[in-house]
Amino acid sequence: MPEITMVEAIRLAMKEEMERDESVMVIGEDVGMYGGAFRATEGLYQQFGPNRVVDTPISESAIVGVALGLAIMGFRPVAEIQFADFISCGFDQIVNQTATLRYRTAGDMFAPMVIRAPSAAGVHGGLYHSQSPEGWFAHTPGVKVIVPSSAYDAKGLLKAAIRDDDPVIFFEPKYLYRRAKDDVPEDDYVIPIGKANVLQEGDDVSLITYGSMVHHCRSALEKLEAEDLSIELIDLRSIMPLDKETIYASVKKTNRVVLAYEDHKTLGIGAEIAALLSEELFEYLDTPIVRVAAPDTPVPYSPPLEEFYLPKEEDIVKAVHKVIEY
Amino acid sequence: MPALPKKKLLRLYHDMMLTRMFEDRLSKLYRQGKILGGLYLSTGQEAIPVGTCAHLREDDVISPVHRDLGAFLIKGIEPRFLMAQILGKETGPSKGRDSFLHAGSKRLGIIPPTSILASTIPIAAGVAFAFKVRGEDSIAVSYFGEGGSNRGDFHEGLNFAGIHKVPLVLVCENNKYAYSTPVEKEMAICCVSYRAESYGFEGVTIDGNDIFAVYDAMEKAVEKARNGGGPTLIECMTYRIKGHSEHDEAKYQPAEEKEEWKQKDPIARFKKFLTESGHLGESEEQDIIDKIASALDEAVKFAEESPFPPGEDALKHVFATNEEP
Repeated sequence: MPEITMVEAIRLAMKEEMERDESVMVIGEDVGMYGGAFRATEGLYQQFGPNRVVDTPISESAIVGVALGLAIMGFRPVAEIQFADFISCGFDQIVNQTATLRYRTAGDMFAPMVIRAPSAAGVHGGLYHSQSPEGWFAHTPGVKVIVPSSAYDAKGLLKAAIRDDDPVIFFEPKYLYRRAKDDVPEDDYVIPIGKANVLQEGDDVSLITYGSMVHHCRSALEKLEAEDLSIELIDLRSIMPLDKETIYASVKKTNRVVLAYEDHKTLGIGAEIAALLSEELFEYLDTPIVRVAAPDTPVPYSPPLEEFYLPKEEDIVKAVHKVIEY
Repeated sequence: MPALPKKKLLRLYHDMMLTRMFEDRLSKLYRQGKILGGLYLSTGQEAIPVGTCAHLREDDVISPVHRDLGAFLIKGIEPRFLMAQILGKETGPSKGRDSFLHAGSKRLGIIPPTSILASTIPIAAGVAFAFKVRGEDSIAVSYFGEGGSNRGDFHEGLNFAGIHKVPLVLVCENNKYAYSTPVEKEMAICCVSYRAESYGFEGVTIDGNDIFAVYDAMEKAVEKARNGGGPTLIECMTYRIKGHSEHDEAKYQPAEEKEEWKQKDPIARFKKFLTESGHLGESEEQDIIDKIASALDEAVKFAEESPFPPGEDALKHVFATNEEP
């Protein structure tokens, strides 16, 4: 099993799915000849040709709309939005056209398509190359939302997304594109959408997270190693649907919860999980739920500003101490 | 004027009359409080869906908008199912989920409209691209108003369609008003068809109240699209006789302007031709009207007798996992 990066795993997932199923297509800005801004589609154009790997003008709304038309006709398009920050230009096509199609046709028509978008900060991208817009779409009935945290997961989840009969938005934390490396099997495997991954079992605190924050949580756990704490680390993998079963089972055991996410704190995924827990598991909670998240500001550019903005391991350590010492 | 056989001419007349008489019924149902949402009528614009859809095959796909009742009917949705859709009934194509003409059908090749105008243009371009990739000679037809042509989706969709020369016909129904806004305040040019040139294909402006002009222009555009010639934009000049919706008295439309366009009514013009050329006798016309009236009686009865969907069905059809068992 070769060790490959997350971006290589994503490329491999698309390549294998395109080999397996002729209806899989790739469409987006610079995805063809050039191979994608992050090289995620490198080699696909050369292997599959211009009818299956389609370069588009800078037209995010048309990228999603055309993909939807292709999906209606039985293709399984994988649309790339070059940066998640640009996805707002295709917002209507996603939330009003794509997400609702199955519902408003009572299941007669549906959209088996994936929208991939490099998201999140940590690479000095500034306001428009750093956003984490997963909350917008988790709030939109009819689309699934995935944020992988490792190369292994990225490959298995993207394959599942491509094979899914509903639209899936696949946010790829660009901070992890070349930092996250795994021994990724060369054979076919799929990770089911909607199942969280318990990365470490523990009894004292449930530390629930996803995406690039998984790595910051891991380094926080290393810092906490000297302390005699048993922490359960959960990687959500899917934001929508949420794996409530795994979350609830963990919280029933630990009775303490820290939620770590890179999105803005207000109305982020952590806010939803906290609300669910207070509704469903109130009697199991020994302490208040603590959220570690970014402030409600745009994502700033200059290194000290971005460093301050981003939630980091010391924030997670502090949050864990807070629920332990409460 | 094309030399069309009598049967074809009477078919066109029937379809125009069906559209108008269907809408007259809707107007009545609206006044009876049986249509709870908006009602957007195509009175005076009937020649456009009829003259364009007349050229389509079963395997072609259309994306109509809310003022294209005729297109839904000609493409094959039975009047009773469309009537049920409009009354919010379980038996309509959306099973009560969406309103008015927001109805689609995979089998019949109808992309359902949404209230976001021109949003279906990129989708139709995607459908047309699918035909091209597969090497099929089916085509897509996208309808929109001059109002929708000011949205980004129009421009992004046309640009994509032009680059890839997809088999797409763009039918603009320029009815002079976007809700209350007159065309002079919508764009600084006289014709939406000018915009096609910027995207590398032909745009034509025709008299949309002349069934023959619509029929001819569409015939050319369809032939071109089927044979790999790429898109055409047909701008059909017409006029919205009624308000934006039934609740809208449209006092902003000058009375003399409205009167002038009433004189250009596409059905009256076509009827005059048919009568004068001996294609349509009084009894033949009565026969057409009677048949439509009885079909509409049946459609209204079916729709009124159809049940509303049970409330808890609101939770179905969000994902494949909560489809019917």
